[in-house]
Amino acid sequence: MGFDYEKYIRPGKLPHIWCPGCGHGIVMKGLIRAIDALSLDKDKTAIVSGIGCASRLPGYMDFCTLHTTHGRGVAFATGIKMARPEMNVLCVGGDGDGVAIGGNHFIHACRRNIDMTYLIMNNNIYGMTGGQFSPTTPFGAKASTTPYGNPDPPFDIAKLAIGAGATFVARGTAFHAAQIEKLLIEAIRHKGFSVVEILDSCPTTYGRRNKFKSVVEMMNQLKESAVPVAAAEKMSPEQLEGKVLTGVLYKENKPEYVAEYGKLVTRVQESMAG
Amino acid sequence: MSCSRYEIRFSGAGGQGLILAGIIMGEAAAIFEGKQAVQSQSYGPEARGGASKSEVIISDEPIDFPKATSVDALLALTQQACDKYSKDLKEGGILLVDSDLVKKLPKGNFTVVRFPIINTAKNEVGRTIVANIVALGAMVALSGIVSRESALKAVLSRVPEAFVELNRKAFETGYNRALEARG
Amino acid sequence: MSKKVAFLQGNEACALGALYAGCRFFAGYPITPSTEVAEVMAKELPKVGGAFIQMEDEIAAMAAVIGASLTGIKSLTATSGPGFSLKQENLGYACITEVPCVIINVMRGGPSTGMPTGPSQSDVMQAKWGTHGDHPAICLVPASVQELFTETVRAFNLAEKYRTPVTVMPDEIVGHMRERIVFPEPGELPVINRTAPSVSPQSYQPYDTSFGDIPPLAAFGSGYRFHVTGLNKAQDGFPTTRADIVQAEEERQVRKIENAVDDIVTYEEYLLDDAEVVVIAFGSIARSARYAVNAARKNGIKAGLFRIITYWPFPDRQIRALAERAKAVIVPEMNLGMTVHEVRRCVEGRVPVSGIFRVDGEPISPNEIFARIQEVR
Repeated sequence: MGFDYEKYIRPGKLPHIWCPGCGHGIVMKGLIRAIDALSLDKDKTAIVSGIGCASRLPGYMDFCTLHTTHGRGVAFATGIKMARPEMNVLCVGGDGDGVAIGGNHFIHACRRNIDMTYLIMNNNIYGMTGGQFSPTTPFGAKASTTPYGNPDPPFDIAKLAIGAGATFVARGTAFHAAQIEKLLIEAIRHKGFSVVEILDSCPTTYGRRNKFKSVVEMMNQLKESAVPVAAAEKMSPEQLEGKVLTGVLYKENKPEYVAEYGKLVTRVQESMAG
Repeated sequence: MSCSRYEIRFSGAGGQGLILAGIIMGEAAAIFEGKQAVQSQSYGPEARGGASKSEVIISDEPIDFPKATSVDALLALTQQACDKYSKDLKEGGILLVDSDLVKKLPKGNFTVVRFPIINTAKNEVGRTIVANIVALGAMVALSGIVSRESALKAVLSRVPEAFVELNRKAFETGYNRALEARG
Repeated sequence: MSKKVAFLQGNEACALGALYAGCRFFAGYPITPSTEVAEVMAKELPKVGGAFIQMEDEIAAMAAVIGASLTGIKSLTATSGPGFSLKQENLGYACITEVPCVIINVMRGGPSTGMPTGPSQSDVMQAKWGTHGDHPAICLVPASVQELFTETVRAFNLAEKYRTPVTVMPDEIVGHMRERIVFPEPGELPVINRTAPSVSPQSYQPYDTSFGDIPPLAAFGSGYRFHVTGLNKAQDGFPTTRADIVQAEEERQVRKIENAVDDIVTYEEYLLDDAEVVVIAFGSIARSARYAVNAARKNGIKAGLFRIITYWPFPDRQIRALAERAKAVIVPEMNLGMTVHEVRRCVEGRVPVSGIFRVDGEPISPNEIFARIQEVR
């Protein structure tokens, strides 16, 4: 018997808006499987997003879902988590949403180490608006606003998250579907701010401008460039040239924000009681 | 234009505790005497060093305009504050200055009272930090707008137990020195 | 037993009013001259089991407030001019998603950084038109420390009752001055809580107009799962581009406030019965105006004051009625002419309207208003 995705999908809300060849659907399936594996209570789970193709994901999911303003998903999610610490809070979005317009919210959520999981689908482009370059578009790549090649150097989202203080940072790709589920299970279990970056592809607005002949070619690139962290340890810098590390890149246990605030409340109330 | 409206201005340099002096004066009137009172102050760069002021308006009736327009009693702890804030001191008003620090007085028909306020705090009371309470005691004595008892209660309700005696002494010293200085 | 009395700053009273109303979440960002609201909330919220968070910017603070409110918790943010500009994006989100929340905007000079410590009344148009698109607006403009407390309570009540964001906008003078305040006892002021849905989670729709223009809002985490989006949406909460639905939903959101003006609009009339010269003012300037009106009366001039307490919705009908009997209207305000346009719109040329405008960081004095009363009598 196959896995019952429909248990978690809102009736009548599919088909989704994503283009053929887009990896967002694969990521959504991975998220559903992770949620299922963890038996998260649908009534006690909020899925929050910003704006963009990836941010349409919550609308399909049968949970408490919040599709917010561009880049602000994490800030809305912070309000939910602070007000209702017992809720599981997941935030999803794309690269432009998360680290361009939402970059400030992103780094501060990392710094606070607030207990939620942020799933970033990084397809290196603003897909919904027709293919403008994002902060993760590779140097030299073509986009509708870089017709002569991208003059901007890109962000490494995972490094950014680690640098800003996130206590769980992982990376996968839309090609490695089974790994998405595993990474998300570990991320959601982690007590603190966890970031899962999934390298994704946008054949419609990125692939066709950058000489990818097909969706398969884009998927193959994800497959070939990914190197698991364990394998990378045995590779030389030359061998790692042009590769991206996948798997759990960073993990540490540090005081979590909502729990710490809860302790503060207890301390204040105890001192009031005498 | 209400005849009971009484305007007090505490002025000096930022950090001298004059805002607190104004608040305590307001509390004495509003909480301990059931009068109407409004306190306001200057904020911003003005309040960091430089000349700073704290104003209190006390009345038996509701206070409409919350800022001073015609000051009944002015304290100036620095020459700069005296120069800047004495312009709207009203004819016949009270001008209390620190005699060590304010040498040049504005022209006008004022009841001028001078004594070394900061030095009194330092040498007679024992701590410079309570100069604002010495000044408050003096302003209470000179203005008569709130009773000595109410003002002292307001002072003591603001200070931690360990500093009650210091502040009581500061207040009483200021009160008495002002009356002596007025003659 | 005598009531608890204190000598408090307006901003402090505002925070205490929010707590009285049942606010249990605050997200903010430091900005002069509103910071004391955040400082009091940071101190008091843990005592009552609430949560305070200082966010990374004003945008995030507004976002967190909406997120928290969606879980059923009454939520507040406080800001001033530049921060109010930044909040407009998510203020619009709260309007279209119909999430109750309260925003305090202590008005300072502008545009841009302007005069951070100077008083102003120049954000009143932004309170209505600051965020893009058509949307309802409720904005309250208290004039005293006591009123800042009670209007903050009322703001929460209106937010919950009408499922909408409400702004409370004291000018810097009202926010920063200290006055005597008599604390209402618990239960003395009405406190309105959110209407929970009466239907099962299975049949719940967040914009179900079979319950009228203000459908009940369920709380995230309470067993009701639903979708919230800033896109134009249908009754079920999901995005739609169907023209008839979009038009109907937009109209409903504006109508729900327009139809309730009698419940929302508040004002104070002072010596207006026989007034020939009417001063229309709000906030601290209404206090100058009252002083001036009293002075005018002593000089035999029939002057009166109409004090705006609810700025939006604007008291159109009341001001139109004043125009029937007044000979002249004066509008003093700490901006270069905002309220005066609304007043002219209401009186439709039936009476001359003149403004007194100051943007120099100084309040308009009673003398300035008194002089104008003498001129126009």
